Amino acid sequence: MKNGITNVLIVGVGGQGVLLASEILCEVAKIMGLDAKKSEVHGMSQRGGVVTSHIRFGEKIYSPLIPSGESDVILAFELSEGLRWVHELAEGGTFIVNDHKLVPPITATGKFFYPEDAMDRIKARVPGAKLVEATDIAKELGNPRLVNTILLGVMSQSLELAEDKWLDVIERMAPKGTGELNKKAFLAGRSV
Amino acid sequence: MEMLLSGNEALARGVFEYGGEFASAYPGTPSTEILQTIARYFKDDVYAEWAINEKVALEVAVGASWGGARSIAVMKHVGVNVAADPLMSLTYTGVGAGMILVSADDPSLHSSQNEQDNRYYGKFASIPVLEPSDSQEAKDFVKASFEISEQFDTPVLLRITTRISHSKGIVEIGDRETAENKGFERNISKYVMMPAYAAKRHKIVIERLEKLKEYAETTDLNRIEWNNKDVGIITGSISYQHVKEAMPDASILKLGMGYPLPMKKIASFAAEVKNLFVVEELEPFYEEQIKAAGIAVEGKKYFSNHLELNVDRVRDGFIEAGLLDASVKSSTAAAEPEEVLPRPPVLCSGCPHRGMIVAMKKLKLYTNGDIGCYTLGAVPPLSQIDTCLCMGASIGHSFGITKAGKSNGKFVSLIGDSTFLHSGITSLASAVYNKATTTNIIVDNRITAMTGGQDNPSTSKTLMGEETNAVDLKAICRAVGVEHVREVDPYDLEETISVLKEETEREACSVIITNRPCMLFPSKIKDEPYTVILEKCTACGLCFGVGCPSISASAEKNEKGKPKSEIDPITCTGCTICAQVCPAGAIVSLEQ
Repeated sequence: MKNGITNVLIVGVGGQGVLLASEILCEVAKIMGLDAKKSEVHGMSQRGGVVTSHIRFGEKIYSPLIPSGESDVILAFELSEGLRWVHELAEGGTFIVNDHKLVPPITATGKFFYPEDAMDRIKARVPGAKLVEATDIAKELGNPRLVNTILLGVMSQSLELAEDKWLDVIERMAPKGTGELNKKAFLAGRSV
Repeated sequence: MEMLLSGNEALARGVFEYGGEFASAYPGTPSTEILQTIARYFKDDVYAEWAINEKVALEVAVGASWGGARSIAVMKHVGVNVAADPLMSLTYTGVGAGMILVSADDPSLHSSQNEQDNRYYGKFASIPVLEPSDSQEAKDFVKASFEISEQFDTPVLLRITTRISHSKGIVEIGDRETAENKGFERNISKYVMMPAYAAKRHKIVIERLEKLKEYAETTDLNRIEWNNKDVGIITGSISYQHVKEAMPDASILKLGMGYPLPMKKIASFAAEVKNLFVVEELEPFYEEQIKAAGIAVEGKKYFSNHLELNVDRVRDGFIEAGLLDASVKSSTAAAEPEEVLPRPPVLCSGCPHRGMIVAMKKLKLYTNGDIGCYTLGAVPPLSQIDTCLCMGASIGHSFGITKAGKSNGKFVSLIGDSTFLHSGITSLASAVYNKATTTNIIVDNRITAMTGGQDNPSTSKTLMGEETNAVDLKAICRAVGVEHVREVDPYDLEETISVLKEETEREACSVIITNRPCMLFPSKIKDEPYTVILEKCTACGLCFGVGCPSISASAEKNEKGKPKSEIDPITCTGCTICAQVCPAGAIVSLEQ
């Protein structure tokens, strides 16, 4: 935290749901009465490309983009994408990554390789980085689509935002009929 | 009430709140959600439509304005090039009711073929340019734009950028105010741009610009925020936000109206501060004008015209200028990124464009591409698109390259349904007229997919969700004189290759139209997934070559250590293209 601003960077691959997750976080900050901004790029990047979303909240936010090395929390939905952005973490920041690999088709050229050692390299930079088996937890809860909500739950432990506000927003923004299940998934993540 | 809105949503909200009645656009990132928001939330009060291209969008919006309705035409920056013809004379005729042209620029080319700075269109057309710096202003400036438009009888260029369009911020919202619709008032010398009338109107435009310059001096769109006077910064748009964070102690002249500039206000600001800077994204638009007015200022020397600005780049510029201490940056700001493989956007699993692009590759053709998802066929491992310039250009390129006559190989053009309708029809007619022998492929997925699945004149549905007549692509091709119009199923690779071979060998102009819909829009298509029988897989790698995100290397290897492939059953849509290229018959339906 710098100047009372909390900076959260959520990263992943187009189609993984990064945008909805960041939307939920930003809305929670807003109903906490804070100034909040978020920024991301739509369009081409959604076709299986790299996706990042910057979320910032605090008393007053100007730029919607987080400056280099000032991300207090980084949440990665995919391992190699976590590795791609790990250098953006602020000193003492929290790094959370989902234990999930998406191997891009460009590896078929034989010129590029998926970093199988991604977690080791992340740990070398951030010894306290947290690897979350979100897919396994989602399976236990009976629906693989709950991964993102579980990850939000894990991340919520590092943010000073009220639990009831999180649950309100998740209920409101989850797909119809999945409110209860998503709240359960959030709480499961929050207790990991 | 307060809402968290993107710049696009806030701008749409502004059109609703400030009496807008008519909106027309051609979809284009980052502008697309403006019209979608109007159609979704405000269609009872504001008419919204997709036009066939940006020129038409501007023309119909002008018509609506002359007809008495506050109107708005919306497009991405390169769309304004298409609409430049009506724009450059619209500035002469002026408007009826308030009229706004929204240009959504894309610094950093997140989703575009260039990063042109459309503030120059304001100067070019002698019309005011308004530049909001966040979502709240995106809404507020709609009101100001309508008012300026009506007060000065001018269209207003409301210029936003990707970071305004796609950032969300808190916006205070209000109720709708209606504006009086007076209908069309006949005025032949104002609205008919033939030489004698137009010459008189040009004089009015020159006088109007002088009045706008006076307005710029007094409007609260341009404001000074006094602080420490060692550094004074003139800035606008998103750069203002970066400056506020990077230089919290500096005095700022914030320009909400980026053209014409309030030069007296700038001169008095300059006189008060010790070091004067302009911080603006892309071109030195303010800087050149300020320097031309004889005011000493620095800008592009420290803040490059290449790509977006951000807090880091603003800090770096002032550190370089010796006015900021490097210690303001985070202790990890200079951390080197890890080396990670690139992850370019790719054609989706099951994309119907894939079959056609694989067929082109098989026949070793050259491909003149166009603007749409199929441009992604340029990315490895497909690497099959050889050129891509602007909307509708592919057909002309194939014709020109073929006429040039020296290339070893055959060229075909590849264009989507929406792009063909946007500006491909004229190129095709021109090619036929000039005795073309080229093969032109329309990958008709019945949607405008790259921008997120918008309807177009061939989909039989309007933006407001009504059924309508559909343009018949085959009939158009025949009508412009193409004798050989073929339809193929791009999921049938053998048929696609055979038709493509036949048509490229023919000494006549032909069009091949694919007939499979987008698998993402309007609704997701998913058939039974396919799987790899590892015992049969020889690890030849041909299936990797189709560039499908569902296919990856498995842990199993062949005797030479090459990885066999595997298919993700969750994302595989069962399009079968990989199974058709597999020589070993190792890829089969999971059901079998």
